[in-house]
Amino acid sequence: MIWELDLAILTLVVMAGIGAITVKDLLGAAILFGAYSFMMCLLWSIMGAVDVSFTEASVGAGVSTVFFVAAVFRTTRRTKD
Amino acid sequence: MKIIGLIIALVTGVLLIGATGDFPDWADPASPASTHLSPHFIEKTMEETSVPNIVTAVLADYRGYDTMYETAVIFTAGLACFILLRIFVREEPGDRLYRHLLTGVTVRVKEGMELPPSEDFERIDATWTPPDLIIKTVCRFLIPFIQLFALYVIAHGHHSPGGGFQGGVILGASIILLAISQDLRTSVRRLREKLDAVLCAVGVIIYAGTGALCLLLGLNFLDYSALASVLHCDPVTARSHGILIVEIGVGIAVMCTMIWIYNNVSSTGKYDEGL
Amino acid sequence: MGDLIQIVVAKYNYWIYITLMMIGLYAMIVKNNLVKKIVGMNIFQTAIILFYVSTGAKRGATIPILEHGHGDHGAGAHMVHAVDYINPLPHVLMLTAIVVSVATLGVALALAIRVYSRYNTLEEDEILAQIREK
Repeated sequence: MIWELDLAILTLVVMAGIGAITVKDLLGAAILFGAYSFMMCLLWSIMGAVDVSFTEASVGAGVSTVFFVAAVFRTTRRTKD
Repeated sequence: MKIIGLIIALVTGVLLIGATGDFPDWADPASPASTHLSPHFIEKTMEETSVPNIVTAVLADYRGYDTMYETAVIFTAGLACFILLRIFVREEPGDRLYRHLLTGVTVRVKEGMELPPSEDFERIDATWTPPDLIIKTVCRFLIPFIQLFALYVIAHGHHSPGGGFQGGVILGASIILLAISQDLRTSVRRLREKLDAVLCAVGVIIYAGTGALCLLLGLNFLDYSALASVLHCDPVTARSHGILIVEIGVGIAVMCTMIWIYNNVSSTGKYDEGL
Repeated sequence: MGDLIQIVVAKYNYWIYITLMMIGLYAMIVKNNLVKKIVGMNIFQTAIILFYVSTGAKRGATIPILEHGHGDHGAGAHMVHAVDYINPLPHVLMLTAIVVSVATLGVALALAIRVYSRYNTLEEDEILAQIREK
């Protein structure tokens, strides 16, 4: 439970979260959401929750990002806000 | 609207931060979450179920009822996507694009007309990109190994992190990789839509069926020690094998749901052109 | 002042988790685009899962997979102390939560695609204007 590493990854998580809702390109939001998921997976590995971390890596940073990109492909990529 | 949203978020945040004054310190061994039920799980898992991975044992045995309903929820979500999006078209719709393989010329065939069947023309999507040999070949090599790893994850859920969910998602991701690197039609030809949906339901039936079998053999629903008479072993090992059977059921259901949702979302239900 | 530093050091990680939850909540309420709302919903869900998993941590304990698990079955096993292993109960509940969140994401994206094919836009104010015109 190295607290320096914890704090650094938490900072990255907050930045990825704010970025995912702020960018005007929906494809960028989907990829940033994938990065947010993967940082969460690292956090849980540090805390010792290996099963949860494995599931989040395969589900959040894998399949969930693919669903988002497929949906953005089928609708529109630009947004005004 | 933005100001109201900001005020709501700030007020809720401040209230929650005020509530953290009562929380136990982080990583405290004497916190209330770690003192009532979890010592029983940690100390008794090995002698009651002989499964070293405590999380898998609690998920599939001690809390098996929750996991059964969660599998039903996943199946329902796949079903909901299918009902919302799927459009069954009887004949080939609209204008189609064909590409002559030898010269690279694109031919647009209008609605109602037919192309004479020959080996030189292939059907392409409206957003076609030139086929990349490296991606296609590398993905074709990787997919069997990904599936082998997924089977390993399901089978070793007892001794290492893993289990039914993780392995099922990785299996589904391997078929989605086939659909992305080549064509949606290729992956649908490998795993047809009707087989996919039926397998999803079969996964849920395996889970509920194991519980019903335990009920028929005389004990409670989902009490795996009743399987000792069917499998000819002592009750502790029967619980370990029961956990393996339900994990396989969960893996099958999760794999088919991921493929089902991807097929429906990426082609908006028409199953002709994908990502 | 030393008291305040003490409180901050003991509880700062809970405050960061609450910040993440509030980012997700803000995105769900304020953003006009449907896909951004769905991203905000997923950020909220993942932050809640982070909060729950963090309540299971224990200082100086190892991951919840029993050692010496291969050799002994039943009687003759080593004595297992609950203080050596972190709490597995939040992990079990959060495994269910993660998979339910991806199922919800699938259905939400299917609904967004249907809305787009009907109104040809994903912005909430344009959709409401088109509905009011009818």
